[in-house]
Order: sequence, then structure tokens, then C-alpha cells
Amino acid sequence: MRTPLFLLIALLVAGVIFLLMRLPDMEYLFVAGYVIVQYIVLATAWNILGGYTGYVNFGSAAFFAIGAYSTVALVTVANEIDELMPASLAPFFHLFMPLPIPVLIVIGGMVCGIVGLGMGYLTLRLRGAFFAIATLAMAVVLQTLVVNWEFVGGSSGAYILRPGEFPGLGSYMQYLFGLMLLLAVLALVAARTIERSRLGYGFAAIRDDELAAEASGVPTLRLKLVATTLSGALMGMAGAPFPYYIGYLQPQSAFGLEYAVNSIAMPMIGGTTTWVGPLIGTLLLGTLQQVANVTISSAVNLLLVGLLLIGFVIVAPNGLVGLFEDRWRARGSK
Amino acid sequence: MSALLHVQGLSKRFGGFVALNGIDLEVRTGERIGLIGPNGSGKSTLVNCICGTLQNETGTVHFDGHAVDGLAAHERTHRGLARSFQLPRPFTSLSLADNLKIPMFYTVHKRSGPLHADNIDARCEELLKMVGLDSKARHRPRDLTQVEMRKLELARAMAAEPKLLIADESMAGLSHSEIEDILALLVRLNEGGITIILIEHIMSAVMSFSQRLVVLVTGKKIADGKPEDVVRDPEVVRAYLGQ
Amino acid sequence: MDFPFDLLINAIVAGLLLGGFYAAVTAGISISFGMLDIVNIAHPAFIILGSYIAYILGISLGIDPIVTSVIVLPLFFALGCGIYQVYYLAFEKRGQESLRGLAFFFGVLFVTEVVLILVFGVDYRYVEAPYIGPNLRLGMIDLPLRMLVPCVAALILFGALQLLITRTFTGRAIMAVSQDQLALQLMAANPVNIKRIAFGASIATAAVAGALLIIIQPVEPSVGREYIGRVFAICVLGGLGSMPGTLIAAMLLGVVESITSTFYGPSWSPAVAFGFLLLTLAFRPSGLLGR
Repeated sequence: MRTPLFLLIALLVAGVIFLLMRLPDMEYLFVAGYVIVQYIVLATAWNILGGYTGYVNFGSAAFFAIGAYSTVALVTVANEIDELMPASLAPFFHLFMPLPIPVLIVIGGMVCGIVGLGMGYLTLRLRGAFFAIATLAMAVVLQTLVVNWEFVGGSSGAYILRPGEFPGLGSYMQYLFGLMLLLAVLALVAARTIERSRLGYGFAAIRDDELAAEASGVPTLRLKLVATTLSGALMGMAGAPFPYYIGYLQPQSAFGLEYAVNSIAMPMIGGTTTWVGPLIGTLLLGTLQQVANVTISSAVNLLLVGLLLIGFVIVAPNGLVGLFEDRWRARGSK
Repeated sequence: MSALLHVQGLSKRFGGFVALNGIDLEVRTGERIGLIGPNGSGKSTLVNCICGTLQNETGTVHFDGHAVDGLAAHERTHRGLARSFQLPRPFTSLSLADNLKIPMFYTVHKRSGPLHADNIDARCEELLKMVGLDSKARHRPRDLTQVEMRKLELARAMAAEPKLLIADESMAGLSHSEIEDILALLVRLNEGGITIILIEHIMSAVMSFSQRLVVLVTGKKIADGKPEDVVRDPEVVRAYLGQ
Repeated sequence: MDFPFDLLINAIVAGLLLGGFYAAVTAGISISFGMLDIVNIAHPAFIILGSYIAYILGISLGIDPIVTSVIVLPLFFALGCGIYQVYYLAFEKRGQESLRGLAFFFGVLFVTEVVLILVFGVDYRYVEAPYIGPNLRLGMIDLPLRMLVPCVAALILFGALQLLITRTFTGRAIMAVSQDQLALQLMAANPVNIKRIAFGASIATAAVAGALLIIIQPVEPSVGREYIGRVFAICVLGGLGSMPGTLIAAMLLGVVESITSTFYGPSWSPAVAFGFLLLTLAFRPSGLLGR
């Protein structure tokens, strides 16, 4: 199926989902749904670097948080234009600030793309294991930096006021959900397009055997940098609306452990070699967690995710998609 | 005929261990070179240094008139250098046909512009047929025997449309007729203009194929000349042949 | 201006003491990562586990933490052997170490941290011991015993490991397996057994490192993650697998961290390790004494 058609279908499905969700008139649906759709973006983004290219990123929380904090920074600037800017320039800034969320999303994406590029440039020339560890270390360091940065609230956090209503739609939460849903469509379409393109073949070659890929003419460093930048940018885009969603942002919640583990567990449980895997993994695990959060405690919930990750990694390394493919191929060869 | 590949004074160490010690090698366009030597003599290390998988410490490598020292392996492949790996390194998650598409997408594409999808599929089929693997085009490498994987290695190197092809022990484990087939294939490629370096232990194949024979022992080149002369060289006999 | 020399000297001394401790922490990783090529990023989790065990035995039975670590050493060794067995059967045998192995250890790291949070909560825990509190004074230099004792113990551990690896047959077999598995097999030693012992030993060091950690500072479950950056920075700076390099790099990191902490505040110390890492990767990726 060609990409434009797929995009159309995806948008239609998203539209239908959105309309269906408005029927019960339950705000909670949108609150919970936002988290799941956000994870679709994160899991898909992680998978571009981790599943397609084979480079594990343990610092997804850092990219997510940078996206969130770039929003906080820009909103704070918007609130304090008159204190920060010289009097002659202030009216100019008042014209377009506070920035609308879609713009914040793009900016968050760009910032994280640059961070991903920089980090990749420093660490990708070493083995995959070094890259993975560096991402973990970087997450700790970025958290340290943010905690020490008073402008965005430091360790005491920052309040972001969410407007009550979005004109024409109803609650602001519905607007946020809709945006995130669009972002998810974008992420999935991007992942699918990459997977089937020349770039996707290059990624797969790097994942399977980087040395042989080099010898076949694949510019491995360049492609890995592309993957890191894309992956980071998407994660940043997922993080940008988060301050509006949550209202009060603390470093502990932005850099929370659940982002790191979920962005890995969801693709690995769903299946890492295609765009479908992260989607399936997120829908399953995400829904499970929303239920568990309400019924059991959130810490036990995380424990279950961790155990599931270990279990799947040992027993079903190619995830649910892999299990399905194996059974399908076994049946086909009979 | 000018020198396509010119290696001068190439040395490579791993910590305290000297793998290659001042290797000089000249390969002219269109030649068929055989490279032999005992296990551990440095043949694969030499290939790795020529192709950029490893970087040499001293010495220079010139290919097609340009110095390639310091260039990454993929850039050397773009310039026309291709090799198969001694221990096959297939792309395990891709089908055989897709394995061949990688060098096509990233080397041929780079050199002569985007290929049409039909051209690519036709070329893949052609290459697989040349090595006798066309029936398994949709299979994954894990379904192949060791011997078939070596053939895939060769096909993948050929897919890069090289000027110089280095075949690293592609024939290990093949039957007599299979060896004949691969030899005939290599000779045909050579007649089409591809320079070939054949690294092998199977002496009959090397003797019938090579115009020139180079012998490597513990990192040093000890012989370089006509096959008939080299195999009679007492040092070669002592170090490698006479067992 | 009156440059605070005594502050600086004390910072350096504290840093050296800290560095000794860091070396012991890194020694375990040096074995698993440097020699066995196993990326055990869950190692800090085992250290924290060791800390909590020292805490429990200290609180309930009043046992000194270092004594605890010696008692618990064989348990951790067995734990390490068990984990290696799982890792081997699930990953190494199938040749899928990289992505899966990393995810596996990350899962272990994560689960350990969450379990500790569930059982102990996020409050800081600490132990009591006669040497936590008093200081030695040498002129203007303060030597807090709570740092001196772990440093000495760490250096003893470090030295013992060096001896074990270079002087015993098993130790040399471990070095051999990291360089040439086939040759080892020809010597009629089973590489899998050797690796299992080595990995068990590396986790056993975590027991000791954990006990030392809780003497130096109070711990809570997420402290482990700070150490990943430090350990990694030391490994890269010191050159993988080089024990002397590890020691020097650990001392260096300890001193720089200590100086930064003294003059700029302790909240910046995780960033120091990362700064080290970046500089090393940018200018000398093979480390100070690396191959």
C-alpha cells in the first residue's frame, strides 16, 4: 500500500476513534487515552533507533523531558516578556507569544533532534553497548541540569496553566488528546515509510551486521546519526505538550523511570522489526497499565512491566509480531 | 595495464602482536591473483586493512590512483573495492534477495544513480542464479547451509559491481563440481573486466585460477610470482606446502 | 584573595579516598564488561542490594556492614552464577547478546530498583558503626574514618582481585577466555564454566561494594543509576580491562568530583562523570592506558 493511501486511512481511523471517544462524555477517557497515545509515539520513536537500527536507548525519558522543558521555558518566557525583553522589543514578542502548542511541538522536536545528533556524534563511533550506557548516563546528567535550572522551576517544579476550553471542541483535554493522536499517526506513518524505504534497508543492515553493512557500502555512522536524530526529535515532540497535560511539572515526573522502561518494553513485547510491533505493544501494555494504576498501585504496575520485559526478552525475542510470524511461516511451509 | 591496487609497507599490530609486517603488493587491472598462506598468517587482516574494516598503522594503500588510507570501509566500497568475508556475515533478518539489495542501494545507487525497482529485482535474480541460489531467493540466511552462505557472501560482494573483488575462502566445504562452478564464475567475471584476488587453501583451485601467486607467512610476504615458480620456492614449501 | 588551600587539600584527599572506593565498584564491571564482554548494566543494582542487606543486618542484628559483606559474599557469588546461566542459555548461546542482553539487564536493574522501593520506600537508609563519625586529623587534613575505612577495604578487595586473576589458574583462565576462547577449550577448560565463575565473582564484588557504599553515604533505591555513569566513565577513561588504568581513572574522577562538590555544590557531581566521559570520548577513546 502506498504511503499517501496509508496516511489517509490512518487519519480516517484516528478521526473515527476521536469521534467515538466523544460519545460517552467522559473526560477520563481522554486523560487515560492521552497517555496511551503518547506512548505510541514514544515506543515508535524508540523503535526507529532500537528496533530498526539495533542501538538501544535507555534515556528516552531524557528526550521526553527535554521536549517538556522546552515548552516550560518558552511558556515562562511568554509570561515574563516584559521583564526579560527590552521595552522596544516586548510588543513584538507579545504578538506571537504564548506560542500555540503545535509550534511548541515542532520546537521541542527540533531541540531534541539536535540533542540526539550531538549525543550520537559523540558516542556512536563506539560499540552499541557504549551508546546504550551513555544514554543512561546522559539521562541522569540532564536531570541534574534541569534540577539546577531555576528558570524552569528547578526541583520545586513549574506550573503551567491549562486553558479551560478549546473553542469549538469542548474541554482542552480533548484538544491535547487530538494533537497527540495526530502526532501518533505521524509517527506511525513515518516509521512505516522508513521501514520500506532504502533508509530502512540500511538500518536493518546495520542492525544485522554493522561490519558487513559498511563493507557493502552503507555509510553506517551517517545513518545511525539520522536514526538518533529522528528518534530523539519524535520523543521530544511527544514531550512538548506534557506540561499542559499535567499542569504541574517536576523533574521527577518528567524524567520518570516509567518512560525509560515503557519505551523499551512496549516495542520489545510488541515486536521490534516493524512499525506494527510498537503499536501492538503499546495498546496492550498501555491499557494494562491504566487498569493496574487504578486497581493496584503504580509501583507494582512498574514491577509487572519490568518482569514482562525480562520474560519476553528471554522467551519471545521478536515480540508478539515475531511469534505470529513464526506460526504463520510454519503453517505456510506445510 | 596500470596498478589498480598498490599497497606499500603496510603494517598492522594488535597490542604487542604484529599481524602484518611491511607488506608490499601491486595488483594490475584485470589480473587474477591468488593469495595463500597458513592460518593466522595475516591474509584476512590484510584484506581488512585494504578494504578499510581495519586501519593500518603504517604504510599506504592506493586504489584506482587515489590514496584510500583513512577512508571508511563504505567509501572504499563506493570506489569499487568489494570483498566477501571468510566467516559469512549475512544480514539475518533479510531474505537472500534483500541481502543483495543492500550493496545495490548503497553502492551502485551512489555510483550510477537510482535504479528502477524492476531492474533491482532482475539483477538480484541474476546474481542468485549465478551462484545457484535463485530457488531460495525468498528464504532467510538461517535456512542456508554453510556452503550456501559462502555463495551468498560472494553474490553480495558481486552485487556491489566492484572493480576489484577479494574472495576470502569462498570455496571451503564445496564439492568438486561446486568449486568448478565458482571458478568458472570468477573467470567469467574477470573476463568481464573485474580484477580478482582469490584467498584459498584449496591448492588445485588456486593454481588453475591464478596468473600470479602471493604467499603470506606470519605477517610477511615471502613470495610473489608465477604460480609454477612459487610452489617450487623452497621457503614456501617449508612454510606452507611441504607438510 | 585568600585562596582556601586547606579546603582544596581536603577536597583532594576526600577525592582520593572516594576514588579508591570507585575503583572497587568498577572492578566488578571490569570483569564482566572488560573481560567477558557482558554489558551488565544492572551491576549498580546489585551494589544497592548489598547496601540494603548490610542495612537490614545492621539494624536487626547489629552486624558491622563489612562483616555482613563477607558473610553475604558467597550468596552473591551464587546469584551471579545463576544470572549468568540464564544469560548464557537465553542469549549467548543463541548469539543475540547485544540488544536482548542489554534489555535483559536493564529489566533486572529496573525490577531490582522497583522491588527495593516497594519494600523499603524511597527514604534514605544508613548504618551505624564505630568508625562512622570520628575523624583522623593530620595537620590540616581531615580524614573521616567513614571514608578511610571503605577506601582501605576497597583497595584490599582490588588488590585481592588482581592477585586472583594473575596468580591462580582460574584467574588466568578468565583472562584467557577474554582473549581466545578456542585456545582455552583446547586447554581442556570449559569456557562456559570459567565465564560463570568470573561473572559470579563480579557480582560478589558488588556485595562488598554495597556494604562500603552505605558506610560512605546514605542510600536509596535510585542511587544505583548515578553510579552507572561513574563506572562507565572510569572504564572508558581507564581503558577496558586494564586494572591499573581503572585505579588511576577512579582516583582522578574521585578527586575532580570532590573538588567540584566542595566549590560548586554536591548537586553537580553526577555531571562530572559525564563531563569526563565526553572529554575522553572526544579526545582519547581508547582511554589513558587502553589498547
